[in-house]
Amino acid sequence: MKPSNVLPGWLTAAALALTLALSPAAPAAAQELVVGLSTPVTSLDPHFHNLTPNNNVADHVFEKLVTKDAKEQLRPGLAESWKALDELTWEFRLRKGVKWHDGSDFTAADVIESIKRIPTVPNSPASFATYTRPIESVTAPNPLTLRIKTVRPHPLLPNDLVAVRIVPARLAAGAKTEEFNSGKLMVGTGPYKFKEYVAGDRVVLERNDAYWGAKPHWKTVRLRMIPNGPARVAALLAGDVQMIEAVPTADIARLEKDPKVAVASAVSNRLIYLHMDSDRNVSPFVTGKDGKPLDRNPFRDVRVRKAVSLAIDRFAIADRIMEKQAQPAGQLLPEFFPGTSKRLTPPRQDLEAARKLLAEAGYPNGFAVTLHAPNNRYINDEKTAQAITGMLNRAGIETRLEAMPSTVFFSRAGKLEFSFFLAGWGAETGETSSPLRALIGSFNAQTGMGQANRGRFSDPGLDAIILTAMTHIDDGKRNLMLAAASDKAIGELQAIIPVHYEVSSWGLRRGLAYTGRADQYTYAFEVRPGK
Amino acid sequence: MTVFILRRLMQTLLVLAATSLLVFFGLYVIGDPVEILVNPVADEVEKARARAALGLDKPIIEQYWVFLKGAVTGELGTSFVFGRPAMEVILERMPATLELAFLAMVMAVALGVPLGLYAGLRPNSWPAKTIMAASIVGFSLPTFWVGLLLILVFAVQLGWLPSTGRGPTQEVLGLQISILHWEGLKYALLPALNLALFKLSLIIRLTRAQVREQSLLDYIKFARAKGLPRHRVIGVHLLKNILIPLITVIGLELGSVIAFAVVTETIFAWPGMGKLVIDSIFQLDRPVVVAYLMMIVFMFILINLVVDLAYSALDPRVRLAEHR
Repeated sequence: MKPSNVLPGWLTAAALALTLALSPAAPAAAQELVVGLSTPVTSLDPHFHNLTPNNNVADHVFEKLVTKDAKEQLRPGLAESWKALDELTWEFRLRKGVKWHDGSDFTAADVIESIKRIPTVPNSPASFATYTRPIESVTAPNPLTLRIKTVRPHPLLPNDLVAVRIVPARLAAGAKTEEFNSGKLMVGTGPYKFKEYVAGDRVVLERNDAYWGAKPHWKTVRLRMIPNGPARVAALLAGDVQMIEAVPTADIARLEKDPKVAVASAVSNRLIYLHMDSDRNVSPFVTGKDGKPLDRNPFRDVRVRKAVSLAIDRFAIADRIMEKQAQPAGQLLPEFFPGTSKRLTPPRQDLEAARKLLAEAGYPNGFAVTLHAPNNRYINDEKTAQAITGMLNRAGIETRLEAMPSTVFFSRAGKLEFSFFLAGWGAETGETSSPLRALIGSFNAQTGMGQANRGRFSDPGLDAIILTAMTHIDDGKRNLMLAAASDKAIGELQAIIPVHYEVSSWGLRRGLAYTGRADQYTYAFEVRPGK
Repeated sequence: MTVFILRRLMQTLLVLAATSLLVFFGLYVIGDPVEILVNPVADEVEKARARAALGLDKPIIEQYWVFLKGAVTGELGTSFVFGRPAMEVILERMPATLELAFLAMVMAVALGVPLGLYAGLRPNSWPAKTIMAASIVGFSLPTFWVGLLLILVFAVQLGWLPSTGRGPTQEVLGLQISILHWEGLKYALLPALNLALFKLSLIIRLTRAQVREQSLLDYIKFARAKGLPRHRVIGVHLLKNILIPLITVIGLELGSVIAFAVVTETIFAWPGMGKLVIDSIFQLDRPVVVAYLMMIVFMFILINLVVDLAYSALDPRVRLAEHR
């Protein structure tokens, strides 16, 4: 819609004149990048709250031993290389010549103090201690070598270390979260130095000219928090920001057509799936079509689970509901991630086969169930659940949808109040052991297995494969076993029903390029001029 | 007078206690904050540690008792999400909300009273009819839609004003204020207009109704018969009499603008208290929600008190009697 179609000629002329007189100062070309982020940070302390926006901002200032590339595969960070000396010991060779923002040298002592600090941060609502708990001891045979001993064989130690951001040793002891928020302790090794933080509004960073890696392009980076989706898009269109994350699906088509902006997308590690009560014999929200309770729980029968999976048209959901911002899923992670099976593909909708399986399982007329879903947590979560409800009804399973805010949803789901619900899982480790252990492994409060297995699915054979896989330090062997576990979990047992992987999108002004990241992070230092 | 104020103070304490009780238990009933806050990969050990760290492993009565003990000394709890005192988190964002509310109120009154006066004095002229029709539109349109429309027109299409955010601030009396210079004011214009629209319509209609009613009364006829100039009749006598209901409404609306500017703050990414409280509700950050609501209740009571006192100052017939 061009302005000349909307406003009469004289008004446009007057507006133009006024625009030139009043336009807000555009950032000095190629010097400042303004990014519109979608969620506010709660703290600048990199060890306080394990929350995506906090980690995103922290990664501009602080770095970790191991880092991830756009496809979430491990890359050297502050550690140049690492290897497992034996089942319980790892050796990390640290990078030479890295300097802190205040000029001092980076050494192994900094890593030791950072790891020591993490479990001691007070009042942490979501601690990073989960990643440091497997570590028994950290020693430094010399200032650039690190020896880490784990309590048990822990092949994912490098993956876990991606979450451990390193702070200077002399500041770590007794560091308070408020001192990070005020900027006093914001000394890191990263491509950007801290300049200003206004709570709930913005974080301003300036280039670290002494950075050891590729010279950061932008002199200043302003990370502005604009939580409202349409407002974020408006800010991009107005030129107030040059990049935004989390473009609302409804606006993507419009942005793609606009000559002033471009859209970068990447499939993420977040799987949207359906979880079924696979444990109880009588499930609260499953009844016969007449409303009377059934003599057994249909979801305990693998044929019923497969029938539900076949009733869903994933491609229609990805195309219409998600407006192509989703990739239909046949397993726990997209195929380029380690630990995925080459044999599992997203099934096409087949209502005939679904009805046949239901009849075989003893439900020729189906049954009645309530689907629960959050309505403000995942992209278009409620709409996806609505579509699934419609599809299941066509397959003969009378389905009702109950959507609710995520606060209520997760509380109730955690108390196992649901029989059938929609949820999501982002595989932080960048491989399939994360969803396998968390969603499908049998729940065990002591070992921490199945911590998000709210359907309480349990198969001892599958557990054995997963646990054995996790003892293999060798990546190749482990990923093969995980692929076999994926095959068994989804292909054979249909423990959960994968629906789709979220596709993350970023909006940029023309002339800027960003390679979308599978972990959904928005790194200003990876934005470069270009196509 | 002093007895009146003292009684008010006692009522205030009662209302504050009742509010804190309601909110505390209300949020407790909604759900478990730990499930929301803790990273999904956390296991039971981690959740137990988080519960203990936030004091959520104690029975709810004990948690309330701890809160009361702190409240008496002015300590209203530590935010689960930020790890800082709840009051500190709120007060940090208060100047932003206050300046937006103040600007909106100034716009609403400065535009609303003159327009309403005009519409009341010349009710059948076409400008008056336009004003009244516009005022209906003003309070019928939903705030979020108007906000997005304002951004679309003034920021995206015309590029006159910035689309979101708060401008650079200056330190004034220890607070960070942005509206005292043009650089910061231009960021506040659109959100203030958005916020002011509803109040503007209200004030126009109220003023007009009051003017219509008062200008028919005898004292106006008498003043004119006495030969007083028109501007004195309207500007002094009429205005003073329509101010009383106007001040009541303005007081109440000021309170609600400060407390509930959430929608505008969300759309314009204005870092104020409203946005903070809605986020805290979604994250079940109970200390912040309780502290905020108690503060808002206190503020409403204060505004009410000021309005009542202003009443008795404006209208000599009103006595702040004890049997109210």
